[in-house]
Amino acid sequence: MGKYLVMIYDDEAKWDAADPSVMEQNHKNHQAFVEANGSAVRGGGQLDDSTTATSIRSDGNGGYVVTDGVFAETKEVMGGYYIIEAADLDEALAIAKQVPSPMGGVEVRPLVNGG
Amino acid sequence: MADPVAQAVAEAHSSEWASVLAATARVAADLDLAEDCVQDAYAKALVHWREQGVPRRPGAWLTTVATRRALELRRRADVARRKLPLLMPVDDVEVGTFPDDRLRLVFTCCHPALAQEAQIALTLRLVCGLSSAEIAKAFLVKEATMQARITRAKQKISRSGIPYRIPRAAELPERIDAVLDVVHLVYTAGHTAMAGRELTRPDLARRGIDLARMMRLLLPDSADAAGLLALLLLTQAREPARVDGAERLVLMETQDRSLWDPSLIAEGLALVPEALAGRTGRFGVMAAIAAVHVEAERWEDTDWVEILGLYDVLLARWPSPVVALNRVVALAYVSGPEVALAALDELAADPALATYPYLASTRAELLRRLGRTEEARAAYEEALAFTSNSAEAEFLQGRITEGA
Repeated sequence: MGKYLVMIYDDEAKWDAADPSVMEQNHKNHQAFVEANGSAVRGGGQLDDSTTATSIRSDGNGGYVVTDGVFAETKEVMGGYYIIEAADLDEALAIAKQVPSPMGGVEVRPLVNGG
Repeated sequence: MADPVAQAVAEAHSSEWASVLAATARVAADLDLAEDCVQDAYAKALVHWREQGVPRRPGAWLTTVATRRALELRRRADVARRKLPLLMPVDDVEVGTFPDDRLRLVFTCCHPALAQEAQIALTLRLVCGLSSAEIAKAFLVKEATMQARITRAKQKISRSGIPYRIPRAAELPERIDAVLDVVHLVYTAGHTAMAGRELTRPDLARRGIDLARMMRLLLPDSADAAGLLALLLLTQAREPARVDGAERLVLMETQDRSLWDPSLIAEGLALVPEALAGRTGRFGVMAAIAAVHVEAERWEDTDWVEILGLYDVLLARWPSPVVALNRVVALAYVSGPEVALAALDELAADPALATYPYLASTRAELLRRLGRTEEARAAYEEALAFTSNSAEAEFLQGRITEGA
């Protein structure tokens, strides 16, 4: 068994343009996903908009540079995550395929040494 | 005189490598460890077989030696604790060869979580037993680059937990497609060398056919595995006629058909009905096209209506710009070069084909047949600029010199 982080990447512009009912339905879909995969889901959460992000980089001299915004500028940003437990990558991918991500997709990464 | 023991070891390397490694990997729980143990078993074979004679079943001998060493090393180093276990729990390990061990190995090498070029490299390394240096040479990359690609892929397998097993039934069709794609690419890389002087790299083509034979054996119920083997055999059968004595490319139109290999043709044709039965796959249709070609006694006898129909099927279910281009070639023989040229112009808008040398050369052939020589010459020159294979380049240059 190993733990995997499932990162949900969304195009925020598409969410902004979407009808509120789409968001509501998405919440329901996430609840349904967690119910269906309860034994595998070890944690998760929805992130606030990327406009609320703050990034911190080391300046190489023992100090920090704090900036407004996400760490790397991309069209699709991480909007939520799950930590799941699976026997192997095939099982992890089978679960990750069920994660609702109507405005993008998900990235699956193993935690080192099975988490 | 050839050394019979060295020869027996070399034969066992080409015919048994995949089985021995696949069985050892299941016991070793680690691909690197398994590879080391299998290498070691082949080295031991050279010594032991000289002293005790070549065993009756070389593969079983090698598997026993390699798996025994893997178990010993595991016990000593507790490899399982060092890395994420690659395999199922090993408590139920039985030593020996199981028919599906090679399938596990192939499905692991061709896992969709690996990039396709990594899938190809791993398959050649782990299933065919080629060295990184040999694979690098075949794909015209530096050995260090290939070595890094293979190391990265193996690390992804063990660290992300890609399982060493046959996929579940629901995933199976998709996973079989991925494996057959890799085998097809190995063959095509050998059949038309991307760059360089020679038109073919026979070793890769032969490996591709060996792999297709193995998949046919391991997946007897897959119509597409039968289709792929048929396609490769029927393509390979025409190989002796594809270049002339001066290493120049000969188009199928002018090939000496008596040079085609009758035993490969017979073997390929026998597979076609099965490839087209039930759930017909992409390779089954492609094999059917190859079958129509080899069944024509002369170029003039080619049943182009049948070929065009098969390309229509291919294009409807597995659309790709290259298939669309080949369909245009068939269309030219059914409806004439003018109609084909109009269809070709529609395709030319597709950016995927923009630098594809066969688009320009097909256009050139059509223009030549319409007697539009100046335009044909310009198109041949364009094709020449896009090809990196010198046998093909020489052919195109010849057309230009003839005044198109």
